Amino acid sequence: MKKGRSLGTYAVLYLVFLYAPIVLLPLFAFNDATIIAFPLKGFTTQWFEALATNAALLQSLRNSLFIAVMTAIFATLLGMCAARAGAMAEFPGKKGIIGFVMLPLVLPEIIVAVSLLIVLRQVLGLNLNNWSVIAAHTLICTPFSIAILNGAFQNLDPSMEEAAMDLGESRWSAFRLVTLPLVMPGIISSMLIAFTISLDEFIIAFFLTGANPTMPVYIWGLLRFPAQLPVVMALGTILVTLSVVLLVIAEYFRRRGMARAGVKDTGGFL
Amino acid sequence: MGLREYATTEGGRAATLVAPPFLYALALLALPILAVVLFSFWTQDFMTVDTSFTLANYREILDKPIYTMLLGRSLMVSGIVTLVTVILAFPVAYYVSFHVQPSKKSLWLFLITIPFWTSYLIRVFLWKVILGYNGVINSGLVGAGIIDEPLSFILYNVNAVIITLAHAFAPFAILPIFVALEKIDRSLLEASQDLGESRVTTFFRVTLPLSMPGLVAAVLIVFIPTIGDYVTPELMGGAGGKLIANMIQTQFLQLNNAPLGAALALVAMVCVTAISLVFVGLNRRWLRGR
Repeated sequence: MKKGRSLGTYAVLYLVFLYAPIVLLPLFAFNDATIIAFPLKGFTTQWFEALATNAALLQSLRNSLFIAVMTAIFATLLGMCAARAGAMAEFPGKKGIIGFVMLPLVLPEIIVAVSLLIVLRQVLGLNLNNWSVIAAHTLICTPFSIAILNGAFQNLDPSMEEAAMDLGESRWSAFRLVTLPLVMPGIISSMLIAFTISLDEFIIAFFLTGANPTMPVYIWGLLRFPAQLPVVMALGTILVTLSVVLLVIAEYFRRRGMARAGVKDTGGFL
Repeated sequence: MGLREYATTEGGRAATLVAPPFLYALALLALPILAVVLFSFWTQDFMTVDTSFTLANYREILDKPIYTMLLGRSLMVSGIVTLVTVILAFPVAYYVSFHVQPSKKSLWLFLITIPFWTSYLIRVFLWKVILGYNGVINSGLVGAGIIDEPLSFILYNVNAVIITLAHAFAPFAILPIFVALEKIDRSLLEASQDLGESRVTTFFRVTLPLSMPGLVAAVLIVFIPTIGDYVTPELMGGAGGKLIANMIQTQFLQLNNAPLGAALALVAMVCVTAISLVFVGLNRRWLRGR
């Protein structure tokens, strides 16, 4: 297996390339110098302390958390509708309709941003606020939710719900008592993924954010001030740690959901 | 059969369920894009929009060299990024699919996707730290005595944009290729070798053709979104590395010329779609039966 070994070396080098930027984050977050460059100077936690006292940053974090939670709920609800419909009987135009709902996955984000900006500002004359960002994020997160929930719904045995209805449950309570618990891991995983995407999204948020910026938009502003960069590194370290933790939880629930549905794991979120 | 009766059949209930996400996408995607098309035929008249039909925006895009130059550069950068990303990604997908134990495959995929989920802005900025004048690469090379002066051709130009984008879109390329490789029936490879093909010719005559659907998907999923990114060119491109998305952003948010911005966005999208369709058409024979 000589061929396999050299390929393996390449794959590991590739992972190093993927992780290279992220590894630098904690180095500079704890580095006692205002300039982000080598050589490193010494250890400090002052950049993390500066974070905690930055009122504008905390406000933007609150905005982003609110937007991300709302997006997670709406995208997962819409995703459940589409994934369940996708697992049910055929109807005219089914493929086309599902394909259309999945379209934001391959659309350049700037197109989504520009078109919503035109409708909200120029056509409807509304003021931009957190809800305009939530509307856009729900649109782009729904395809991810559908992709995750498809795994949960598609492999469900329909005879279980039918059995519940034969035993006297209504259609809704059969869904609530039989199907919902079975797909719950998929739902949690979908909410976590949508939350993570929304929390990090910048391209659309920059166009649609109101007077109170979201956290990525605030970070974008900070990047222009060299003195603020170590604080950005500290913030980045916290964000990376947070998203890794969320992803590990999401992956755990996704796998449990697959196991519950009794299918072999093919791996990956997409 | 009436609509009310249809709604109680299996297919009818499925259609009712799919209605909310469909209507949502219709209202927030299809209609807004229609508005963009309309706006592109209008003009900005100081603070108001002149709604008489005109091709002035499109004429301006064709006439002023800056727009065609930016568009050409954007398409070129997206093309190179796609090529680099897919070529670098293929061996990794191949390794995970063919050489990693089945029980460890999802761990590998998980490791590959994690960097993709971490703050995009900060990831792009960190490439600046790696490629910069006092960056990791330059201080490393100078420290090792390989070069005397820091390299300057790796930041604030198109090269830097390409490296950063290729890094950002790596997982997008690996996953569809991996899925296609997983679907290949392994007995076909054995059959090929039993019939006298070597491992190399088996790869080129069996594995590669069968993985084409994944390769095509990977190309599209990298090529199309990269055209809409303005963060990487803004941070990494310097003056000579700006792309069409920067211009669209400037027209909307700084110059307050939504109609011209709309026309630019549409032209960019039409170009990308056209190139993608041609690419899919060229690879039609590999995609048959899928």
